[in-house]
Amino acid sequence: MFNSEQNHWFVRKVIFWRAAASVAWSVLLLPVTTALFAFLSRFSLFHPIQWISGGQYSFDFVLVVGVFNLEYYTVVPSVPCTKIALLGKVLHPQQSVHSLVHSMMGIMVTWCAATMIGGRYWILAAPCSEEEGVTGQKMCLNEYYLFFLLAGAFMGYSYSLLGVVRNMNYVSFQTIQQCKYLRFKGMLPQVVRYSAVQSLYSVRNYCLFYFFFGYIPRAWICTTLNVHEDSSLHRLDTVSGLLDFRLLYHLWLSGTFLLLTWHITLLLFRIFITEAYSFPVQSSFSEDVSQCLPKVLSEKQPLILKFLALQDLFLLSQQSLSRRMEVFSLSQPGGHPHNWNAICKECLSLLSDLSQRLVEYQEVVASNGRARPLSSHSDQRSTSSETLVTSGTEEQLQTPQQSIGLKTPSSVFLRSTSLGLHTPMTAPFTPRQESPFSSSSVNRFVGNVDPSSPWYGSVQSPHVMRRGPKLWTASTGSPPGSSLPPSPTTIPSPVPAAQKPGLFSLWLQNRQEQVCSRYSDLCLPEASSQALFADSQAHIWALEGLSNLVAASYKEDRFGVVQTMLPSILSTMLLLQEAVDKHFKLPHASSKPVRSTCCLEDSTFKTLRFALRAALKTAMYRITVTFGEHLHSVQMSAEHRKRLQQFMEYKE
Amino acid sequence: MNSLSLFPPPGPDGNITLFESNNELVCGTSLGSRQKQGWEPPSLLFPRESLKPHSRPESSSKAAFLDHRDTLWMRSARAWRDSGLSGLLDEIANCTEEEVPRWLTVGCSWTLALLRWVSSFHGSLFPHLTLSSEDMVAEFSQVLDWSDCAVRAFAWHPHTDKFAVSLLDDSIRIYNSKSATAPTLKHRLQRNVAALQWKPLCASALAVACHNCLLVWHVDPTSLSTRPSSGCAQVLSHPGHCPVTSIAWSPNGSLLLSASPVDTAMMVWDVAGESCVPLQRVGGGGVTFLSWSPDGSRVLASTPSALFRVWETRTWTCERWPCLKGRCQTGCWSPDGTRLLFSVQGEMVIYALTFTDAPGEPHGWSGSSKAAAIVADLSETSFSTSQGQVRVGGQVQTMAWDPRGERLAVLLKGDPEAPDRPAMIAVFKTRISPIFELLPCGFVKGESGAEPRLLQFHPHFPNGALLTVVKNPSSQHFTAALQPY
Repeated sequence: MFNSEQNHWFVRKVIFWRAAASVAWSVLLLPVTTALFAFLSRFSLFHPIQWISGGQYSFDFVLVVGVFNLEYYTVVPSVPCTKIALLGKVLHPQQSVHSLVHSMMGIMVTWCAATMIGGRYWILAAPCSEEEGVTGQKMCLNEYYLFFLLAGAFMGYSYSLLGVVRNMNYVSFQTIQQCKYLRFKGMLPQVVRYSAVQSLYSVRNYCLFYFFFGYIPRAWICTTLNVHEDSSLHRLDTVSGLLDFRLLYHLWLSGTFLLLTWHITLLLFRIFITEAYSFPVQSSFSEDVSQCLPKVLSEKQPLILKFLALQDLFLLSQQSLSRRMEVFSLSQPGGHPHNWNAICKECLSLLSDLSQRLVEYQEVVASNGRARPLSSHSDQRSTSSETLVTSGTEEQLQTPQQSIGLKTPSSVFLRSTSLGLHTPMTAPFTPRQESPFSSSSVNRFVGNVDPSSPWYGSVQSPHVMRRGPKLWTASTGSPPGSSLPPSPTTIPSPVPAAQKPGLFSLWLQNRQEQVCSRYSDLCLPEASSQALFADSQAHIWALEGLSNLVAASYKEDRFGVVQTMLPSILSTMLLLQEAVDKHFKLPHASSKPVRSTCCLEDSTFKTLRFALRAALKTAMYRITVTFGEHLHSVQMSAEHRKRLQQFMEYKE
Repeated sequence: MNSLSLFPPPGPDGNITLFESNNELVCGTSLGSRQKQGWEPPSLLFPRESLKPHSRPESSSKAAFLDHRDTLWMRSARAWRDSGLSGLLDEIANCTEEEVPRWLTVGCSWTLALLRWVSSFHGSLFPHLTLSSEDMVAEFSQVLDWSDCAVRAFAWHPHTDKFAVSLLDDSIRIYNSKSATAPTLKHRLQRNVAALQWKPLCASALAVACHNCLLVWHVDPTSLSTRPSSGCAQVLSHPGHCPVTSIAWSPNGSLLLSASPVDTAMMVWDVAGESCVPLQRVGGGGVTFLSWSPDGSRVLASTPSALFRVWETRTWTCERWPCLKGRCQTGCWSPDGTRLLFSVQGEMVIYALTFTDAPGEPHGWSGSSKAAAIVADLSETSFSTSQGQVRVGGQVQTMAWDPRGERLAVLLKGDPEAPDRPAMIAVFKTRISPIFELLPCGFVKGESGAEPRLLQFHPHFPNGALLTVVKNPSSQHFTAALQPY
């Protein structure tokens, strides 16, 4: 659990504290929800309130949920491209652990709830009722109790399952910066409503489940605990048994209580973790340099740090004059604009990565269109090409850690367990591991794209196209990185032993492809486009931050440090614009996803590509509006000049 | 303090104000004298007869078309879908004996009566809630006499010579100085347009405040189509947030604010993601008018009651400003965002509020003055002209400040009963630094019989401030006054 990523200073000093604060607040809110539950569960009968003991136990479960949130959160969602990949995600071992623990916690919480409600839910086995239990020694099963506990397990499991299907672990950032209390206050009614509705659905599903399969656990409990079924009472897996409105009401209420505590913990976690963090732009102490914005921006891991740094860049570029002045300042001594150079370089590399990713994707789509009829032997072809790539990299980077990494399937829920060279920011298609069976080896060796490498800007090589990923697969091919030798090794080397799971995954992917080509309704066509832009919040901030800084430099940059970078900034943005325009001409790329109705099912990532397109245009216009005619004196290619002219005439 | 008595008298009847020269507004009888400026202001005429307003009263004609032989369940479901709980109760309460048991009918009618009583109580707190939504738009719109006006809203593009006009028949037309095509935008949901605004730092996006949603049109400036399809429009809606009476884009083009007089929350839209964050504050009963300061640091949000708020946009906290007399009708910001001029319904004055702090710096918020100062008195004044007495003055309908902060135009409501007191535009000369000054300049006069309805400054006119006035005689006329200095 404590790997090197979690030893990062930022995770230690900020993220842990934020997570702890969120859990502490959810624990503090627990007595309120518990009191509310106790009141609602027995407002008809005025018993003395005995909820204190139950509340103590719930406290532990909130802690566990909080730890799970911290372990499983992500800023980049994983978008399964096919329904099979989704199935793989659900069946993944780590997800199974998640579901299992949530089921257990569900049982515990409903047990607490049952204790609080009291009455007939008090105990599992009770002496049988009078007519039968003349002996008095015979113990009978209290089916209500069993029904209740199973409901807890069911709800815990469905919470976990829906969580993975709806990407509940995805943490999105707010468009506006509100203070935490107001955000919580604004979201609370929605969360309560959402929990109540979800609980209602759960109760319905659970009743159906129990109606058909309820006899199995009942018989099992009866035999293991050696208790009897009370024949004088209604059985609960009958229609008349289930139509007990008091039971259903209690069940719904407990489910709401359960989901509400978990959802509040999740909400608080999200609010705390996405709070803007202000990094110093420069520091006069050398030990703090690693915590300054230019340094932090260039770090790849942890991702949350990178996102918060970009968000901070966006905010400072927009709101803070004094911090902008620090960015534009020169180093002392030396007189170099180190701050600006580092920030600008990082933003530009992010943007050019994205445009390269888009270009590759377009090529894949184009080649897939041609290769589609040949799907019968696409199996073979892609296997050999993938093997070729991975074996090539194997030879290059053979460290024990990475070969271990090959065997472990990467986590469904991200936060990569090994560091290596793997960076989701540059992984070409789905930024995160999608199918648990896919070989993560390819992912892991994705290097950072160096703009100076011969691959930069031109990916016309047939070799690249060959090893590019397939349109429908969730697996990612390796983008051309500077770490790879540009000369293709054409002899397929024997597959190393560690590649065995990889072969299986390849087979699975190819099956997926075949299935997809045959039954198109199994595939989620829009998803590949969504996956491509899954981490685009970072690019949006980079664009906004960069363009705001450039616009501000018109008046505030005393040394002219920005001017030197202006040609490359403009050309990078125009390249990206071109790639984005092309992408939106692809089928399914411009179809709008269905808006989710609730706050907690965050579907922001589904529309990030539209947001990116809008942000890109805004950024271009911001620069052209600020500089106006002066842009004519900037060096750039004729094609870009033509495109820029379009922007200056407001024709985009 | 300034008052209207310091103004030069309005020009003689039959003359129209042409331009400003040497600190005075020049009047003339013909458009020909404009030639010497080398620029011809465009003038558009929308004949009223060609615009047919939609007479679509809600649900009045529905009963004639619906089949009454539907089962109770279907009718109830439809009532629930169309008009919610009250519709459902109404449907059940009006059922016959054989369909529903007697106790249910009685119960429903009692509940309905109770609901109505509660809502009438709520309405007595906030009288505007009892208005129909069309009346509400008319009440809170910036256009004078909105329901009668052929031009319902108007917006210049912030960067190019392009503007959008919303007309009485719920269509929007876009005129571009560089192209001959004038696209007409129509959409099923585009009804009762109360406001228009172009997205800053974008060539194509136009936000439209409609009857029950918000539309964002993406009109491709290079396209030659005259009827863009309704697929070019994004529909942004939120339950309980209608009618939308005011919208405001942030000056950096990233966020869109919308306000509705029946919703106490104002919405912050992320337009690309079609998601919104409600900013809820209790009190006021709704939000009627929004205005974003040009530097993007603050937003004015007025409510239907005697209260308005000034939000700062760093962390979205607000200052409450309770007014004494009535609701805040309109307001405008100085170009640097430090000064807010506003007017209050029921008072014939202009107030100013100063915000001294630099909003970009951390923890610098709350540097505003403690009370608003009166900067201009607009109470009724008589001028004797060649045609006799003319009375000018009244409450402010809307005002506009030109983007350089040198002219302020104020549209004064006239008195429809008194013919000698027409609605009038007063123009002030303003200076922001080193100290704020407001000096009289003159009245803008249109053709006789034409009444000004809405005004707006051209956002980037190179040689001065260009005022655009929407007028409403029997036909719709559209003139511009050029003011070089």
